[in-house]
Amino acid sequence: MTSTESLIDRRQMAYIAAQASDARLNVELETEGMTLNIGPQHPATHGTLRIIARLDGEQVVWAEPSCGYMHRGYEKLTEVRTYPQVTTLVNRIDWLGSFANEVPFILAAEKLMGIEAPPRAQWIRTILFELSRIANVSLFLGDLGVQMGAITPVFMAFRDREYVLNLIEGATGGRFHPNFDRIGGLKDDLPAGFIDETRAVMKKLRTFCDEIENLLFGNEIFQSRMRGIGVIPKDVALQYGLSGANLRASGVDWDLRRDQSLPMAWDKVDWKVWTHPDGDAFARCWVRLQETREATMIVDQLLDSIPSGPVMAKVPRIIKVPEGEAWVSTENPLGEMGYYVVSKGDLGPFRTKIRSASFNNISVVPWVLKGVYVPDIITILASLYFILGDIDR
Amino acid sequence: MGLVDRGRLPKPLNSLLNLGRSYSMWVYQWGLACCAIEMGAAFGSPRYDVMRLGVIPLPASPRQADLVVISGTVTDKMAPAIKRLYEQMPDPKYVISMGSCANCGGPYWDSYSVTKGVDQIVPVDVYVPGCPPRPEALLEGVVLLQQRIRNEDMGARWRGEGSKPIVVQDRASVKKGEPSVV
Repeated sequence: MTSTESLIDRRQMAYIAAQASDARLNVELETEGMTLNIGPQHPATHGTLRIIARLDGEQVVWAEPSCGYMHRGYEKLTEVRTYPQVTTLVNRIDWLGSFANEVPFILAAEKLMGIEAPPRAQWIRTILFELSRIANVSLFLGDLGVQMGAITPVFMAFRDREYVLNLIEGATGGRFHPNFDRIGGLKDDLPAGFIDETRAVMKKLRTFCDEIENLLFGNEIFQSRMRGIGVIPKDVALQYGLSGANLRASGVDWDLRRDQSLPMAWDKVDWKVWTHPDGDAFARCWVRLQETREATMIVDQLLDSIPSGPVMAKVPRIIKVPEGEAWVSTENPLGEMGYYVVSKGDLGPFRTKIRSASFNNISVVPWVLKGVYVPDIITILASLYFILGDIDR
Repeated sequence: MGLVDRGRLPKPLNSLLNLGRSYSMWVYQWGLACCAIEMGAAFGSPRYDVMRLGVIPLPASPRQADLVVISGTVTDKMAPAIKRLYEQMPDPKYVISMGSCANCGGPYWDSYSVTKGVDQIVPVDVYVPGCPPRPEALLEGVVLLQQRIRNEDMGARWRGEGSKPIVVQDRASVKKGEPSVV
């Protein structure tokens, strides 16, 4: 802990020194503070978030995100939908990795009903979960370049992401929002040829990761813009409730896929949780890159060991979930995503609390943006990686 | 521009102007939700590449744009910004509403915070249905809009006597005589 404390001290000292020198300069030059309004919409983003930053010269004195431009009222809407209808909605929370949103909700409903999906369904769920992670994070890796001013990576990301989307579409029928998960299993079995095709695509995605690593992460300009920028120490990350790669990049060895026992197939394969001790923007992006590569390995191993059998357990045609409360969370591409489902024995949930990762992840923004320079705002926001639908829900 | 807005432009000149307008559309991307990714795939990815159609994405400001694609869920908090965006664009301007949310509220038709269709705020020229529509569907919407612009009577447009909006995949919405790719 001493290292992180000294890091905070150093950070605060640098901030105070910069403030003092700026104040002297401001007295001499009679400069005034200014308020910079970033958003709510930006052509390079997909979603709407507004950051209000008060500047003193080139430095941010105070910054705050203003949420709610994308609020669609999910928690209220789930109260008037039946259980199968809710998955259609929750697909659209984190729209880049849609399938991963369905899984915790379905698992919570299954927990309440006391049933478990057959092994083959668990395997396919895990495969699709990891495929949506790849689809999600590969776009992040391309988008990262755009935020820094490099255009090429995003073309590569869109090129290789299409292969993954084709796989998801081939298996589920939906390119973006599969709505494939059912209480008790899956809608369908995998199509013919899926396994071979997935193996070939995973190979392509690993090549893509190598390309991005060489082109972007090995780039000197990229490193100088990312290293040491937006440092979040371990204790601050835990205090603000960060999760996912943002937390692992601060050196916390935490992954719900490994730490939790869920009826999924992650514990059946051999994989590694990547962490990074630095906690800066570079570490966050690097951890995500390694996770994408790790996800392709997980998919490869799951394809080797996929069991045979049915994909649907025995469930009644009209699903009524017995009275009770259940909380299930999984490690989604963006971090911990969980549902607290309260059931009163009706066709739909009585109340659902959705814990989405990005909302907690951006709560650190006022802390981390204090004292940084204007060009670094975008770097830090890009490296924190939030999806706006996941913030506002 | 008096000749144009009174509709007194000689016909050859008019069709030349329309041809130029239809193949140099600057499109402003107003990406709000999931559809923005598909719009990004249509406009920014090598597979779908919109520039081959004579449409230029990513202008610096809506003040330079001829066409805006509103893609995604319009919430009541966001609606004033969209209205302001539309007012900032120079005439003649076109709006593509992409996705079910922007068309009519989509899966959030009974939500308390979602605007039920962007056409409540700004006039829409092309509706692209889907949740989200595939990039090909958006490209078809762009092509249909270009065909309409090529045959457009500028005077009528400037007087506000516009024709009915196009709905992609709906033959009836495309005017008779207009060549169609549907």
